Amino acid sequence: MPSLGADMESGKLVQWLVKPGSVVKKGDVAAVVETHKGAFEIEIFEEGVISELCAKEGDELPVGAPLARLVRPGEESAASKASTIAPEVIPVSAPIPAVEVERTEGTVAAPSPPLIQPSSRPKASPAARRRAGELGIDLNTPKGTGLDGSVTLADVELAAAKGVPPKTPSSAAAPAARRRGFDPDEMRLAIAAAMSRSKREIPHYYLTSTMDMTRPLAWLESFNRQRKPEERLLPAVLLLKATALALREYPQLNGFWEDGSFRRADGVHIGWAISLRGGGLLAPAIHDVDNHSLPSLMGALRDLVGRARSGGIRGSEMMDPTFTVTSVGDRGAESVLGVIYPPQVAILGFGRVIERPWVVDGQVTARSLVTASLAADHRASDGHVGGLFLAAVDRFLQEPEAL
Amino acid sequence: MTEAEIRQLVCDILSDIAPETDPALLSGGRDIREGLDIDSMDFLNFIIALSKRAGVSIPEEDYPKLFTIDGVVAYLTSIGQP
Repeated sequence: MPSLGADMESGKLVQWLVKPGSVVKKGDVAAVVETHKGAFEIEIFEEGVISELCAKEGDELPVGAPLARLVRPGEESAASKASTIAPEVIPVSAPIPAVEVERTEGTVAAPSPPLIQPSSRPKASPAARRRAGELGIDLNTPKGTGLDGSVTLADVELAAAKGVPPKTPSSAAAPAARRRGFDPDEMRLAIAAAMSRSKREIPHYYLTSTMDMTRPLAWLESFNRQRKPEERLLPAVLLLKATALALREYPQLNGFWEDGSFRRADGVHIGWAISLRGGGLLAPAIHDVDNHSLPSLMGALRDLVGRARSGGIRGSEMMDPTFTVTSVGDRGAESVLGVIYPPQVAILGFGRVIERPWVVDGQVTARSLVTASLAADHRASDGHVGGLFLAAVDRFLQEPEAL
Repeated sequence: MTEAEIRQLVCDILSDIAPETDPALLSGGRDIREGLDIDSMDFLNFIIALSKRAGVSIPEEDYPKLFTIDGVVAYLTSIGQP
């Protein structure tokens, strides 16, 4: 059971997507786990063949407990021995593999061919998923007409009207129809726990800076003008990319405070705060933001927000953020002073872009301004570094064509 | 497309984007973004779906005309699309 956040002590295994004999590779989704923050897809971190499932659907397991056993390619399957292998004790602060790897000394044996392929979940909007569940319709049945071929609410209703046979009782608990667990009260408790710990343990310092968005927004407008809506960019991607490039220059802000010292992160994986309409929020990671082009970052952001709303966030995305960015969007407050998500050491907040009088070249003129606010952990860095970091974010934003 | 069809289309798209809400309860003159708590990503997805399903191209500078359901009706009617 991986730790999907500083506040997580246990999780409920709600669904297996692999079976003994499944051939898996790194990144495959093996299971769905439910925590206070909703349901998450748990990935495999190794290549191999699943030899045993240690937990069954419905089990509540502490962080660190084995979920399944996996045999690496080239290793002999030793299912008989597997049950005797004691689970390793894994420190909670370290990334925890979702499955425990069997270490057996054995002769080289090719992995057996896949007996069962990981089940694939049909793409569907949350509304469609819910309605299909209510109507007992298999989401594999209707033809998807949504954005990327996903099944929409209308497709489900149409299938129902056509009299698509309801699923058999045995498939009633099939992956597709299961409503992804999300309880606003539980989410509230999870946020309360993490934020209380943050305010109790982290000596925050705050710095704010007003950034002139006139030039980046004008560039964005001209970029978008020649493009179809699905190819257009949101200002958020400029903010994310500029932040990522600034973090490369100031790695003191990109990492974790663990066991009394700061550990730099290997990559720039920015947690993007997404508010959920049902209440609460998530800040899953976009990986290697500094290496994305703006269009690819936009794709990653769109995908992430969609999955956060439908309950398809992966465990690794919850574990990996090295820094968080929160942006209030176009209808929010003027500025946001964030609370650091432990064990991260900083969070950058962008307020709403507002047109205001501003002095440019000695002249008062109307400009589009945003207030960027950094909250950082004083144990890991000082305000001097924070100030230089904010200046770097501004510098990158002023050259949008280079982002 | 008749006015009723446009309203139905808008409601269909919005209930896919914000399944937690009931767009049918939204009055025609209310800002969709406020009424349904739609953020800029949701709104862009709304524009994408609207332009595909109504078969119109919607430049970014026209977005403000589409902040209300009445606005969408007027917009689609005025450009005389099917």
